[in-house]
Parts: sequence; C-alpha cells; structure tokens
Amino acid sequence: MSAQTLYDKLWASHVVREEDDGTVLLYIDRHLVHEVTSPQAFEGLKMAQRPLWRVSSIVATADHNTPTDHWEDGIKDPVSRQQVETLDANIKAFGALAYFPFRDRGQGIVHVMGPEQGATLPGMTVVCGDSHTSTHGAFGALAHGIGTSEVEHVMATQCLVAKKSRNMLVRVEGDLGTGVTAKDVALAIIGRIGTAGGTGYAIEFGGSAIRSLSIEGRMTLCNMAIEAGARSGLVGVDEKTIAYVKDRPFAPKGELWDKAVAYWQTLHSDEGARFDTVVEMRAEDIRPQVTWGTSPEMVTDIGGRVPDPARESDPVRKASIERALTYMGLVPDTPISEIPVDIVFIGSCTNSRIEDLRAAAEVARGRRKAESVERVLVVPGSGLVKAQAEAEGLDKVFIEAGFEWREPGCSMCLAMNADRLQPGQRCASTSNRNFEGRQGQGGRTHLVSPAMAAAAAVTGRFVDVRAL
Amino acid sequence: MKAFTTLDGLVCPLDRANVDTDAIIPKQFLKSIKRSGFGPNLFDEWRYLDHGEPGMDNSRRPVNPQFVLNFPRYHGAQVLLARENFGCGSSREHAPWALEDYGFRAVIAPSFADIFFNNCYKNGLLPIVLPADVVDRLFAECEASEGYRLTVDLAAQTVTTPAGEVFGFEITAHRKHCLLNGLDEIGLTLQHADEIRAYEARRRAEQPWLFA
Repeated sequence: MSAQTLYDKLWASHVVREEDDGTVLLYIDRHLVHEVTSPQAFEGLKMAQRPLWRVSSIVATADHNTPTDHWEDGIKDPVSRQQVETLDANIKAFGALAYFPFRDRGQGIVHVMGPEQGATLPGMTVVCGDSHTSTHGAFGALAHGIGTSEVEHVMATQCLVAKKSRNMLVRVEGDLGTGVTAKDVALAIIGRIGTAGGTGYAIEFGGSAIRSLSIEGRMTLCNMAIEAGARSGLVGVDEKTIAYVKDRPFAPKGELWDKAVAYWQTLHSDEGARFDTVVEMRAEDIRPQVTWGTSPEMVTDIGGRVPDPARESDPVRKASIERALTYMGLVPDTPISEIPVDIVFIGSCTNSRIEDLRAAAEVARGRRKAESVERVLVVPGSGLVKAQAEAEGLDKVFIEAGFEWREPGCSMCLAMNADRLQPGQRCASTSNRNFEGRQGQGGRTHLVSPAMAAAAAVTGRFVDVRAL
Repeated sequence: MKAFTTLDGLVCPLDRANVDTDAIIPKQFLKSIKRSGFGPNLFDEWRYLDHGEPGMDNSRRPVNPQFVLNFPRYHGAQVLLARENFGCGSSREHAPWALEDYGFRAVIAPSFADIFFNNCYKNGLLPIVLPADVVDRLFAECEASEGYRLTVDLAAQTVTTPAGEVFGFEITAHRKHCLLNGLDEIGLTLQHADEIRAYEARRRAEQPWLFA
C-alpha cells in the first residue's frame, strides 16, 4: 500500500460504504453532546420514534449556558435553565455512556471534559455539535464539529454522510522561544494562511516544534484549526499521547490497553505520504501574538502595530480593515503595546486546562491586577481542572492578584451565560474568536495566550510577557 | 425537509467578507430548544439599533436603516448575495435556520465555510459557489438595478441573470438528489442499516476497546 497520511488512515478505517460520487457513510465512535445544539436533534428522534443507535457512544455535559458563580442559586436565566433541564431530561430518556450535568464534579467544557475522562481516544472518529471539536485531533483522532441535523443523524445511524477533505500539512520546525505558546503558534498560522486558508482541508500539524508541545498545547492548536477554516486538526500519536490517555476513566485497561497501544502507534503519517498543500514555518520566527481586528486572521505580534487600511490595495480587504478598526475603536499605526485593556478573560476550550492556568498564575504570582483593569475572570475548563488548580494553590495566586476564580464553563468565550462584555469594553481574551459581538454586543476582543492575558491584567495593557 | 427545485427570487447583496455565524444569529438566540422562529433575529446586531434578547417583540424594535436587509427595495428577498468565506465560525445550525426562516432559499458567494455549507443542505437552503469575478458582477448589477432577480435551476445546476446570462455551479449527486426530492437523510441512511451493523461487528473484533 502506498504511503498514507494520518487523515487518510483515519478516514479509510471508518468508511462503511461509498457512493459513486465519493459521498461516504462514515462511522462515528464518539459523540459528545451539550445542551445548545442537541435539543432539536432529540426532538427529531422523538417525533420519528427513533432510538439512539449506540447509547454507549454518547458522553454529555452542560457547559455553554451554565453560570460560573453562585452555583448554589442554580441557573437564574429561565431560558438558559430550560435548555440545560432539557438536556437532563433527554439524557434520562435516551441514555448515555456518561453524563456530567450542571454542578457535577466532572462537568466542564465538552472539549476539556472528553479528553480528561479518556472519552477521546486515538484512532476514534469524534463529533460534537460544536465547531471546536477539532480540539480532539490532538490525540490522532478524526474530530470535527457538526450541525444539529447531523447530530440527529449520528444519534439515529451512528454515521455521518461525508466527503473526504484534502490533506494539508503545517510543519513548524525549530524551538519555540520562552513565553511563546501553542496559542501563539495557532494565531501565527492563521495570520499566515487566513481564516479560509484551511477550508476544505484536514490540517495535520507536524515538525519538531509541534512534537515538543504538551498534549494540552496540541489541543490548543487543533482547537484553532477551525479558525483557519479546517474542520479538523490533527497531530500524530507519540509517547506523550499515550502517556496522557493512560489510566483515564474511559481508557482501555489491562490486555485491551496493550492491544490499543499497539494500534495507536501506527497513527501517524507515513514517510513520503503526499499532502495536497504544505505550509512551512520556523518556530524561532513566532513571537507572542495579539489580534487587533474582528477575525482571528487580523493578528500581529506584540512588537507590531495596528495596520493602516490606506496601505491595502484589495478593496474587499480594505473595507474589512476599516470596519474592524471602527468596531474595535483603534487608530491605524497604534503600537499594540499601547492598547489598554478593561477586562481580561482566561478560559475557554482553547485555553482553560491546567497548563494554561499554571502559565497565567506564573505571571500573576506576586503581582496585582492593574488599577485600570476592571475585572479579570479566570474560568477553569472543568471541575477536575479546578480541583487540580486548587490542589496546586493556583486559586490563591489568582485571588491574591485580584483576579476572580470562577466555576467551570464556556463563560465569556461566547457569553451565553451572564459573563459578557459591555459595549465598548476591551478584553484580552484567551478564547478563540474575536468576531463582532462574540463576547457581548459591542465588546472588543483581543485574542492572546494565557501568559499574555495575565501580563495584560497586571500592567493594564498588552506587554511582551518575555520582558515582564 | 423542504424540496428545492427552481427559484426565481429577489436578490439582496450583503457586501462583507468573512460573515460569521455569530453575526448571522447571535448567541442569545441559541438558547431556544426549537428549530423555527429565528428569522426575526437574523443578523440581529446589524439589523436593529437596540440589544436583542429572546422573547422581545421584534416588530417594535428600532431598525437600523443603514443595514441592507432593511432597505425597502430588498424586502422579500430570497437570494442572498455574499462575499468570501460566508458562514465562518461556529457549527450552529441556527444560522441556516435563521436564513431559511427569514425567507432566503439560496445564498451565492465565492466561498463558504465548510460546516455552514454542509448545514445549509440539511435545511432546503441552497449554497451556490460562483467565481469571485462573477460574484463581483452580480453585486454591481444588483446594486444598479432595483428589483434585480436571479433564477436558480437546481436540476440544471444553473443561475440565470435577468439579461439571460447563465452560470453553472457544482453540487454532489447525493446532495442534489436529497434537495430535489426533499428527502429525509436519516431514512436514506437507515436503508443501509445492515452494512452499518456489519461494519460494527468487524470493528468490535478488531478494536474491542472501543466497545468495552
């Protein structure tokens, strides 16, 4: 057999049948479910009197709507509460392998919860009604977001109707400098190829800089593949992957573990495998990144400046920059390091894992929130991350620095709960999208790494964390 | 699903690149547990001057007269003309639900984001990719001529302008078949239930840890 990419292998091993036009029934191993994109799917099953094809493929949690403070009061917003209670009722009626409801110790952002429970395993197909499902590709799993009709389709048939994507390799060679993180790599890649650069592709991230990343870092990177337009991001399996998965609650044990590991070790692109597109980057060229606009591709590094639309010749792009600067309240050519921030948000499925909190705490330790910063929210990705952070004393570091230590959830990444920006507020955020209104109507989002967010919190503006 | 065969519809031009699903339907409306009723909140933050929340009487809200959807000449539009990377961002199917509920049956753009593109087909909303220079011309024609309409023929895979110019577009045979006939895709897939079971049995033998 000719050399295959990792994506080719994962795809081929899940094809149930193929039509003449290349449309495939793709078998789905793991279906992650949350409250926002599932109610209409369960409703569809009920109306057609269809059962779940495979109950044990489903792992569910409530994350988008849940509050991150005063859990004793429950969910105050009645519309949010109804959505979460609808998930409770649907799981009760239909069943699941596991359910981590609101206030459960295992509850968390679905893309943090899945891997930490061992519900995401190498070689699986993983879907969820959420675009950041690409996160799970960090394990050498084929993972992508789907819409609600597809959620219902997978529930009823265990399959997706799908067409194969093309293969892209983004290779980052060299050593990342101190203070340069997976988030900076992700933003630098998006800055290079654009938010539609990966459309129609599955992106595999390779090269020595990617291999050197922890599993948490690889999750951050794959999480943002969708912001480059690719539904799936992938990193090949290595010893770090296997070490991360071992002994997790839903990981295989004993003889099955050995058998699984033997298979997982084949989950990497073969020598000489052909990619349709290859993008090469040098790790040494990547500096801490900050977005300045309303699309993740509108990004520069901490030494950069806000662009001047007058220098852009493409009329559509020029209009986009003008709109973005108006929305963001920024003047052309302003140095990034002179932009003050009002709010800092450390959390989201991109950057709320223990490693992210450690990086933020390292910067916050012994420092105080700047007077000019109104509030700093630290929202752990799950109950287990929260417990781990507290065991390490990180919560105290944040509280002593004047940051707020919250309960887990999606929170201000998309502002479906009460955590949101007010119009005109400027936020340094570790989340994944700086779209207009994303963190609250009129809110202004700058995407950064956890360390850069913490540095902005203690200085009141964007600063190079490496010089702090 | 509503079948799609032919459409002769008024065109509304939305001249912005990278229109994301947060713009198409803001997050507060995702709290609904229904599939319908999203039309009044389509492009909510651009369309109204106040902050929208679920349960508001949208007919009493102040509209933004600068936003193209509110121009009287585009009332009743069924074809949305858009720019590159339309529908980027989240997987929320509420985005095509909102477009469809508003009355759009087709979106024409030089490119679409993958998940949004896929979601459209599940809802009788036809996403049509045309070359960027053709889209440029359609924008110019549409803005120059009030009452500008386009005719879409799915069986023939064509878009026809008022001057009789015809542009072809691509669609997979499977999607075309489902749209033309308004088919329930789950029902179609379940016709292959035996094959799915056979695949599962094979996989259970080869990778038993996935079924433990």
